[in-house]
Amino acid sequence: MGLAGLAAFWWLTRPVTAPPHVAAALAGLDSNPQRGALVFHASGCASCHAAPGATGEARLVLAGGRRFPSPFGSFVAPNISPHPEHGIGSWSLTDLYNALKHGTTPDGTHHYPAFPYTTYQRIRLQDVADLYAFLQTLPPSDAASLPHDLPFPFSFRRGIGLWKRLYLRPGWVVNGSLSHEEARGRYLVEALGHCGECHTPRDSLGGLDTARWLAGAPNPAGKGRIPNITPAVLDWSQADIAYYLETGFTPDYDSAGGEMAEVVENLSHLPKSDLMAIAAYLKRVPPMPDPPGKP
Amino acid sequence: MKHLKRASLAGAALAAGLAAATPALAEGGAHDAAIAARKAHMQLLKWELTTLGAMAKGAIPYDAEKAASAANDLKALAGLDLHNAWPEESDSDMNQNTRALPKIWENMEDFGKKYGALQAATEAMAAAAGKDLDSLKAAMGNVGGACKACHKEYRKPKDG
Repeated sequence: MGLAGLAAFWWLTRPVTAPPHVAAALAGLDSNPQRGALVFHASGCASCHAAPGATGEARLVLAGGRRFPSPFGSFVAPNISPHPEHGIGSWSLTDLYNALKHGTTPDGTHHYPAFPYTTYQRIRLQDVADLYAFLQTLPPSDAASLPHDLPFPFSFRRGIGLWKRLYLRPGWVVNGSLSHEEARGRYLVEALGHCGECHTPRDSLGGLDTARWLAGAPNPAGKGRIPNITPAVLDWSQADIAYYLETGFTPDYDSAGGEMAEVVENLSHLPKSDLMAIAAYLKRVPPMPDPPGKP
Repeated sequence: MKHLKRASLAGAALAAGLAAATPALAEGGAHDAAIAARKAHMQLLKWELTTLGAMAKGAIPYDAEKAASAANDLKALAGLDLHNAWPEESDSDMNQNTRALPKIWENMEDFGKKYGALQAATEAMAAAAGKDLDSLKAAMGNVGGACKACHKEYRKPKDG
């Protein structure tokens, strides 16, 4: 009985990897590092993986080292530069796909969901291939990745398999008939931009409460709150939202600060049509008023 | 009676200790005028940016004369020194009416450098705004970059 339970646990928590037909499809794709650069900026890779405090060109050295406090312990972003030993230079395209899509490492263990594969699982194959090509062009860093600082039971990676069964749900959060522009925005937000990872509240197990999608949440870094960006609260025009994402200026010319300043740095690399698409999508998100008594 | 006396003594000691530990509460608003002055400075910067931003966004038609006038004001505002509006202990730990993080005073040199970047960006804006709309738009991006660079590092996030 105990053995059967253990076997069931082992089966339920096994890390998933790409089936052969997907690996074959990936191998057959042409990749383009210029397109990959846009995927990279839209996905905000540098925000976590650049060395802490890096600015400008230095943000393209993905040495890792930034710490992320959470209720479960402290995560440290790893080196994902193309260094063969300390970075991900030895990864295959399928390895990158497995990481983004399934949160699975090349040696078949689970990534912690601090790496937002709950979002990236919706990425298109072509974008994975282009991103892979772009990452190869970046400067390698020989900085060693640091271990996460997590207490038991969160230090036990196999358990993440159960968490994934609960929270790694394919499909879109916002459904219904979307215009071409809104659908592009949905892809940018729900598959790449991972806006929801900060702007959506989490339950006690750290899973996103998609019933309150983008309705604001406490800041895991402890200071202030991440704002509600559903139409119930964010009443800016589409053009104002797009301009904010491009320049960081709010409609009254205050500017983005904190983490969002970095998001704007990433998004300013995207074409304006993409920023308008994100804004169009945000207008289609179900409005969620703030709960009464919010600080 | 004896008990009460001891309790109130302990209370007084505690209150004294608290007062010593939290000078901000004891001194109450010693830096309010400086904080108000630098907030007003920010309001003026925002005010000039409203005109330039509306043109950049296409919300109002481009007008070279109006754009140049706003950009010159912006440059003049960013040219103010205002060092004295940022005294020690006028930070967000010691005062409730500011989001200026204490780390500003630990990194005054970098803070000054970032303010210098704003001055450079507004000078470039003053040179660009009256030229044409595309120059204005490009300059606006750099001004935004300078605002963000400082607010990212040194401004406490809002509570809501």
